[in-house]
Amino acid sequence: MSTNLHPGREATAEKGWLAAHKWLLLRRASQLFVIGLFLVGPLTGFWFAKGSLAASMILNTLPLSDPFIMAQSFLAGHVPQTTALVGAAIVIAFYMLVGGRVYCSWVCPVNIVTDTAQWLRRRMDIEGGVRYSRRTRYWVMAMTLVVAFTTGTIAWELVNPVTVIFRGLVFGLVFGMGVAWVVVLAVFLLDLFVGNRAWCGHLCPVGAFYSLLGRTSLLRVKTGRREACDDCMDCFAVCPEPHVITPALRGADRGAGPVILALNCTNCGRCIDVCAPNVFTFTTRFDDKVDSHARPQSTVLSREVA
Amino acid sequence: MVSDKPIERSRVNNRRRFLADTARITCGVAIFGLALGLYSKQGRSLPATALRPPGALSEEDFLGACVRCGQCVRDCPYPTLGLAELGGEVTVGTPFFTAREAPCEMCEDIPCIAACPTGALDPGVTDIDDARMGLAVLVDEENCLAFLGLRCEVCYRVCPLIGKAITLEHQRNPRAGMLARFLPTVHSDRCTGCGKCEETCVLDEAAIKVFPIELAKGKRGSHYRLGWGEKQKAGKPRVSGIIEPPSRRPEARL
Amino acid sequence: MTISRRDFIKTNAALAAAAAVGVTLPAGESALAADDGIRWDKGVCRFCGTGCGELIGVRNDKIVAVQGDPDSPVNKGLNCIKGYFLAKIMYGKDRLTKPLLRMKNGKFDKNGEFAPVSWDQAFDIMAEKWTAAIKKNGPTSIGMFGSGQWTIFEGYAAVKLMKAGLGSNNIDPNARHCMASAVGAFMRAFALDEPMGCYDDLEHADAFVLWGSNMAEMHPILYSRMANTRLTKPGCEVHVMSTFRHRNFDLSDNDIIFTPQTDLVIANYIANYIIQNGAVNKEFMDKHINVNKTTTDIGYGLRPGHPLQKKAKNPNKGKFTKISFDEYAKLVSEYTLEKASKMSGVAPEKLERLAKLYADPNKKVVSFWTMGCNQHTRGVWMNGLIYNIHFLVGKISEPGNGPFSLTGQPSACGTAREVGTFAHRLPADLVVKKEGHRKVAEKIWNIPPGVIPPKPGFHAVLQNRKLKDGKLNAYWVMCTNNLQAAPNMNEEGYPGYRNPKNFIVVSDPYPTVTAMAADLILPTAMWMEKEGAYGNAERRTQFWRQQVSSPGESQSDMWQIVEFSKRLKVDDIWPADVLAKKPEHKGKTLYEVLFANGQVNKFPLSELQPGFQNDESHDFGFYVQKGLFEEYRRFQFEGPKKGHEMAPFETYHKNRGMRWPVIDGKETMWRYREDYDPHVKKGEGVRFYGRKDGRANLIFAPYEPPAESPDKEYDLWLVTGRVLEHWHSGTMTRRVPELYRAFPNAKVYMNPADARARELRCGDEVKLQTRRGELLTRIETRGRNKPPEGMVFIPFFDASQLVNKLTLDATDPLSKEADFKKCACRVVEA
Repeated sequence: MSTNLHPGREATAEKGWLAAHKWLLLRRASQLFVIGLFLVGPLTGFWFAKGSLAASMILNTLPLSDPFIMAQSFLAGHVPQTTALVGAAIVIAFYMLVGGRVYCSWVCPVNIVTDTAQWLRRRMDIEGGVRYSRRTRYWVMAMTLVVAFTTGTIAWELVNPVTVIFRGLVFGLVFGMGVAWVVVLAVFLLDLFVGNRAWCGHLCPVGAFYSLLGRTSLLRVKTGRREACDDCMDCFAVCPEPHVITPALRGADRGAGPVILALNCTNCGRCIDVCAPNVFTFTTRFDDKVDSHARPQSTVLSREVA
Repeated sequence: MVSDKPIERSRVNNRRRFLADTARITCGVAIFGLALGLYSKQGRSLPATALRPPGALSEEDFLGACVRCGQCVRDCPYPTLGLAELGGEVTVGTPFFTAREAPCEMCEDIPCIAACPTGALDPGVTDIDDARMGLAVLVDEENCLAFLGLRCEVCYRVCPLIGKAITLEHQRNPRAGMLARFLPTVHSDRCTGCGKCEETCVLDEAAIKVFPIELAKGKRGSHYRLGWGEKQKAGKPRVSGIIEPPSRRPEARL
Repeated sequence: MTISRRDFIKTNAALAAAAAVGVTLPAGESALAADDGIRWDKGVCRFCGTGCGELIGVRNDKIVAVQGDPDSPVNKGLNCIKGYFLAKIMYGKDRLTKPLLRMKNGKFDKNGEFAPVSWDQAFDIMAEKWTAAIKKNGPTSIGMFGSGQWTIFEGYAAVKLMKAGLGSNNIDPNARHCMASAVGAFMRAFALDEPMGCYDDLEHADAFVLWGSNMAEMHPILYSRMANTRLTKPGCEVHVMSTFRHRNFDLSDNDIIFTPQTDLVIANYIANYIIQNGAVNKEFMDKHINVNKTTTDIGYGLRPGHPLQKKAKNPNKGKFTKISFDEYAKLVSEYTLEKASKMSGVAPEKLERLAKLYADPNKKVVSFWTMGCNQHTRGVWMNGLIYNIHFLVGKISEPGNGPFSLTGQPSACGTAREVGTFAHRLPADLVVKKEGHRKVAEKIWNIPPGVIPPKPGFHAVLQNRKLKDGKLNAYWVMCTNNLQAAPNMNEEGYPGYRNPKNFIVVSDPYPTVTAMAADLILPTAMWMEKEGAYGNAERRTQFWRQQVSSPGESQSDMWQIVEFSKRLKVDDIWPADVLAKKPEHKGKTLYEVLFANGQVNKFPLSELQPGFQNDESHDFGFYVQKGLFEEYRRFQFEGPKKGHEMAPFETYHKNRGMRWPVIDGKETMWRYREDYDPHVKKGEGVRFYGRKDGRANLIFAPYEPPAESPDKEYDLWLVTGRVLEHWHSGTMTRRVPELYRAFPNAKVYMNPADARARELRCGDEVKLQTRRGELLTRIETRGRNKPPEGMVFIPFFDASQLVNKLTLDATDPLSKEADFKKCACRVVEA
């Protein structure tokens, strides 16, 4: 496991630091960009995006709203107005296209927290912790819906770290977040000490909901050069949902296609970053032919080029 | 890490683990659900100092309808509306205002309602005078300067519905003899609960306060009706055909 | 080691106060120290002309509490919301504590930044500027702008310094903006200033008519008394006239909202109605009234070059000529009900109801008015027309009957009017124009004849014009915020203050708009930080003792005036030929001639009340307030005009004030009436003794249009005024956090229909524009004031919205009082 203290070292050596962090950087940029969009208004008076992740208005014309919260609201006994419904439809359509959990890795601010916890956990070589099934999140999700239905309130929003933190950032102008910092800390400590990828990978009902949206998503990661895999395990070390890799990467023998089709792949692209032999690429879900030809020369070529 | 035990055993193990996992998850999630449900019940009653924006549904419905997006807060042109923070008394993320600090300025175009995507702020409220954010109550007649006979009545003069939502009842001031008193009187059929009166009350602790309507109003039993009110509503006596018998009086000679 | 004078006095005061707790003082003089260590003593409210009695609570040299004096005959222990916060007005965080001079490189520079200087430096540069101005351009090049908030002593010291010392009549008070039209009309009708009645009229009257007065907000306690009478007296009615709907209409039985300026028409209609319906009190008219008509087409008090002024046939002419009653009846006969209703826009039945009220011999009527009639380009006429009505029916000078002009400032009557701090006046209703009057003054003041110029000085509005023109070069503003309060500050006031030819001194407790436009700011002790006296609207003179020390180096206006006089030598100021008539004054300072002259300084410090401070007296070494007051009293007894007599100084420290004339220790409630007024002999019934023939003047005046009316370009009437929460320019009340919160910023009240027509909403930010300037404000279509269509109202208290950048400096040509109620404006989206 010692190699996994520094996953991606090899890739960095092979491809250079920038290329070995390309998707990570792009993701961070995206997450900050989303927060930034909402901060432009209060800071400059030009309202690019108004509201929060729960519901927002882009450029005073395009409504967006979180389908999971809308679902809870509906179960709580409220039929949202057209604006909110249209917003939810747009969001659903978007994530059905790009992958539901793209929300988690490219938009959600909690991801930064849990990624950091994960990084530190690796660095400090913290192991073990509570183990429970990754299916737990679906139970939690179901429970939030049940609670919404039974209490008639959107109860989950009382504690939802995703919106609490995002509201704190956007309405508290980052520094005025107040108690929201406690939530940041709680999630951070949870992921650091209680369990590996405890929040995003096991518990978060928001992620669970969005994963369901990704059932048909077009955008996927493909282990296109899985034959070139040198079993360094770096991708497993960095992947927030490592179980999604195995069927594709190791499935050639069983006739499984090279595209990662699991719901919970977040399309974060970190595996692409850290893989020195460039096994992973972004592609569409239809690009799932089982190809039997290895092309080792191209591996060499690409390594030389990098 | 990869098991090299017979597949049969691993399957049994897997099933066991699955059952154990399921039990664990079910318990954990049930506890979570229970806690969340109880917490949400607790957070449902609005503290007496917090008022919802104009057009807000009843608190119970509001908490099911408001998605805590904060767009109403963004479109409030005054520093009135804010989002409840974690750890406060108001349900986290929901919009509210505190009359004493920043009351509703009663914009004619009601931008907060327009901004609400879900209808938690009822778009049917098109005239801000119809909003019922709360109800002003003169809570302390003993310290209200107007009741003491001083010429204060600031609450009355700042009332956007001056002379309607708050009127001044003119009274003799029995103590001072030659001076009158002008008692601010709130009328619940017109008061929008904007909170201007509470904000501007000059006392150290306001003598007039705006409360959520459930807290501010009493309720009569339905088993008793006001005779005069019923008669007025009907425009005639509720029971017709009753005659007034003549009485014998000295004037009758005329 | 040096111990400062202030420390010394503080120590003494503390010792004395401590001693007072255990020592029995003569009854009526003792200040009771209660258990909580608070010393209570009587005082008077700092704000309006009502003159509410207060008790001031002091602990550790700080006012910690105030209560309405429960035994005050004026307010019975009650206060308005400003009075409730009296304890806080002196403790704003930005009190001025050091003289500040505009300097660059350590020297005075008109364009420099304010830097602290010593009082010596401040007076040095003042003396230099004053002496130089007099040497160069004569005494008309110096001036002073004073206040109806000065104490009587301060006003008297100021008028003496200016007229008897500096030989200039260029002293005028802010009361010019407020009461001058009332004064003008009083003098024309009675030759004696101030109302004949008193506040007891509020209980005696059967009906009240308000001609342009929002008592509900501006005289809150008097309104409360009026409301009590309305509530308790069967048949009592209140008629309210105004150009817009305000809070007084809450109490109104007859709402009269008239087109601006047509009050002239309504008043003449009422007179006509009385005559037409045979309701004239012929006996009263024959015995007591002369009938006259005034000169017409008199212009608008604008600069002579102004087109309106050029157009006028008889600019500024106030002459009136005697006519017969029949001629008068004919003159008013054109003011029929129909015409009055048409011009004023008031329903005829409302006007008739009002006229009937005056005509009814069984109804006692008091007419009240304030700025609606006074701030009016025909203010003197308008005041007079109200007198005319009361004359016709003989309803005057008796309990419950009479015209009653209310004052806006705590001592507009006591200081500005009675002491005569006007450009044309001397103490006790004397005027500079009359040689006899000057002689009396010169004799009492022991100055050579010829020091007081016979020509009236520059009045308030003219002072700003002369400053702008560079004709008034050394100028001292005291106890008022005139740059914010005077009309047309953009075109006259501000350029005048900043004219490089001029040196402007402003004395104020706070950095007001005026102070910030000055060259030298003098920090001033206020209200209870000095011994003082105010005279209210019912002729009541009320005294108070100094209760607390003033902060830092601040000093009272009186100390500043007297101390400054030490820097000036008569030889530098008086012409040699004038000085030669009193050679004994040669080489003396003005201080020696005016104050340390054997008369003002004759009362020793031993007469001060033990246990109380009196900073000025300790500084000068004599009881300066008493000396000044007793000298002032000589005018009341030795002057040619009787009827202004006041009681000796000590009397006022012992009582809650007395209404003059005070004869034989008794006050006067109703003047000119036998048995009430000691100057009316038995059997005379009524005698208007201001004139030798004992008669008052009814003076007919017609309707004439206002100076500026709305037109296509500027389509709205602009009316300015006040609100209950703030007093005048807000320098005190806006520093009380609670009052600030109650009404933080001015807003423009507009009719909802006008707002809709401009596609504006309540709360929108707008520009309010006139031909003279513009300001940013917000629209209010709800709320306390409801102007009719075509009119907006905005209060002037807000230093962040200088309303008087917009107003026109048209004045009544006779009283020189500006019309703050009528000019044309427009409102556009900001």
